[in-house]
Amino acid sequence: MFLVSGGVTKFAKAHPEMDFRLMVKRACDQALAEVPNLTADRIDGTRISYFSDHFTRQLKAASMVQDYLGMNPKGSVRIEWGGATGGECFQAAYEAVASGRMDVCLAAGFETMSRVATWKGNEFIALASDTNYDFPLGGFYTGYYALMVVRHMYEYLRRSKFANVKDEREAQRRAIAEGQRVMSWVSVKNHRNALHNPYAQYPKRLTVDDVLRSEMISYPLTREQICTMSDGAATAILCTEPVARELTDRPVRVTGVGTGTDTMRLADRPFGRVPLYPHERAADYAKLDYPGVHSFRAGRAAGLEAYRMAGLTDPIHQLDFIELHDAYASSEIQTYEDLGLCKYGEGYDFTLSGAPFLKHLEYGLPVPEAGKIPVNPSGGLIACGHPVGATGLMQAVFALWQLQGSVAKHFGDPTLQIANAKRGAIHSHAGTGSAVTVSILERGF
Amino acid sequence: MPRPKKFRQFRELQEELGRSGAAILEDKAGGEDLIVDSPYSIRYIHSYAEDSPFFLGLAEGKLLGSRCTRRGCGFVFATPRGHCMVCGSPTEWTELPRSGRVHSWTTCHFGSEAFLRETPYNLALVEFDGAGSLLLARLKDCTEADVYVGMPVEARFASPPKYLITDVWFVPAR
Repeated sequence: MFLVSGGVTKFAKAHPEMDFRLMVKRACDQALAEVPNLTADRIDGTRISYFSDHFTRQLKAASMVQDYLGMNPKGSVRIEWGGATGGECFQAAYEAVASGRMDVCLAAGFETMSRVATWKGNEFIALASDTNYDFPLGGFYTGYYALMVVRHMYEYLRRSKFANVKDEREAQRRAIAEGQRVMSWVSVKNHRNALHNPYAQYPKRLTVDDVLRSEMISYPLTREQICTMSDGAATAILCTEPVARELTDRPVRVTGVGTGTDTMRLADRPFGRVPLYPHERAADYAKLDYPGVHSFRAGRAAGLEAYRMAGLTDPIHQLDFIELHDAYASSEIQTYEDLGLCKYGEGYDFTLSGAPFLKHLEYGLPVPEAGKIPVNPSGGLIACGHPVGATGLMQAVFALWQLQGSVAKHFGDPTLQIANAKRGAIHSHAGTGSAVTVSILERGF
Repeated sequence: MPRPKKFRQFRELQEELGRSGAAILEDKAGGEDLIVDSPYSIRYIHSYAEDSPFFLGLAEGKLLGSRCTRRGCGFVFATPRGHCMVCGSPTEWTELPRSGRVHSWTTCHFGSEAFLRETPYNLALVEFDGAGSLLLARLKDCTEADVYVGMPVEARFASPPKYLITDVWFVPAR
């Protein structure tokens, strides 16, 4: 199965001049323009994704996209899976082709979050938490992620770097302060990378102090550690190998797909054992209750499936980059561990090593291992924005351009191009980790 | 008929929508986007169904969890569920201790629109002796400076009840 083209609108706080149909049309035209031999009549069907009917206030909005694109009467279905909606849409298109049902499938996603005020938008998002037990407590996803990262810092900083501090409150405060500092590195990195990505919503040069001093949203997460509401659309064209070879001399092969799930409520997460990657041992985690609320078992399950299918046994050396669902700086660090870039508990040190930073960029931070495995070279959700139904497809498009070596052409700036990138991963994440997708993309030329 | 008022800033325009219901945004390309107010209010008839005893229990000052009825499993869920997540068997109601410990916590300085007036508020995932899962609740009578993982807490109950999860909250144990 091959990815041959994609398109993205600029992600923005609001696109009042375009409704969802026009946004998708623009992203679709961009994708089609790159593969001139692919006439619309050769597209066998579509998979269309958006997260929330509340945001669109238009049920069956995917039918209106299908209609606007002139795709009727071809087959289509709407995909929704929370924050992982775009990642699921990508895999649904993959499956349509892999099953033999289609030779060419268009995956298209969008979200129009600007139609309500930010705090109403937070309410819509929080309706994707249990409305009996979770939502009435504050209806606030940043609060849920704060709960998770406070425990993560307790497990992995309090119990290691601050194990010698006797006063429990003091030890935990110092662990959280250290965790906040490291999360700020992620924010600095992603915003900085995005300065070279014209599609990004909030590119900026920040210092760790800027991030720490930005408004406290839910302790210990500050505003600059959290993605924002966006309008935007993205498309990806998947097809069989013979069609791919005909359409482009730079096709990208999808070599692995994985998905995982976990409980809707954080309160129900089990305390069991870690499912291991080939490079890990049970003894590494003998004392760890897993996943608890500190880690994303769904991300681990998705990684295990996708790596196995793609034949990866040593992801940090076998992947050249990852576009990862950093809705929060905390979840980027947690996901390093879920995806086996480092062991559970090593996410903070891994960040400080510089490994997920780009080699040739100046961040104002000491990053000796920069370039080892660049994570979110595009700027990720934190800097690009997160129009939910488009986000996972945006990652696919940015990954495609990395692997094609066409970042300079598409971004009008060669800075973010990872030299000789051969294999990358995209990672899309829903809820408090209730669903995650991982897909592996490789150069097919 | 006069045309709706014209604005260049999206933010300014929002107030006009509240006043007159329509406004025009002059966008970056010089185009005119007509924007209208579109309110939306719904009354849901929501049944707690199999979870009803939990909420009725809160009204009586009881914290009910659920215990798996299968011998050899017996998993206790602090957030109740009708069937066991581990083995799929039916559960029965079991009273939880009124005291527990903070498993994790946060202070929210924002929230959904409906909860903004209540900020800042604390949330805690509470662990109980004898239960294998947690309960998410508000944590009161303490601030960011007081709370820590492992802190002993006690349940308090609303009277009269509103039949919401907020009928129970926790405070630092005396």
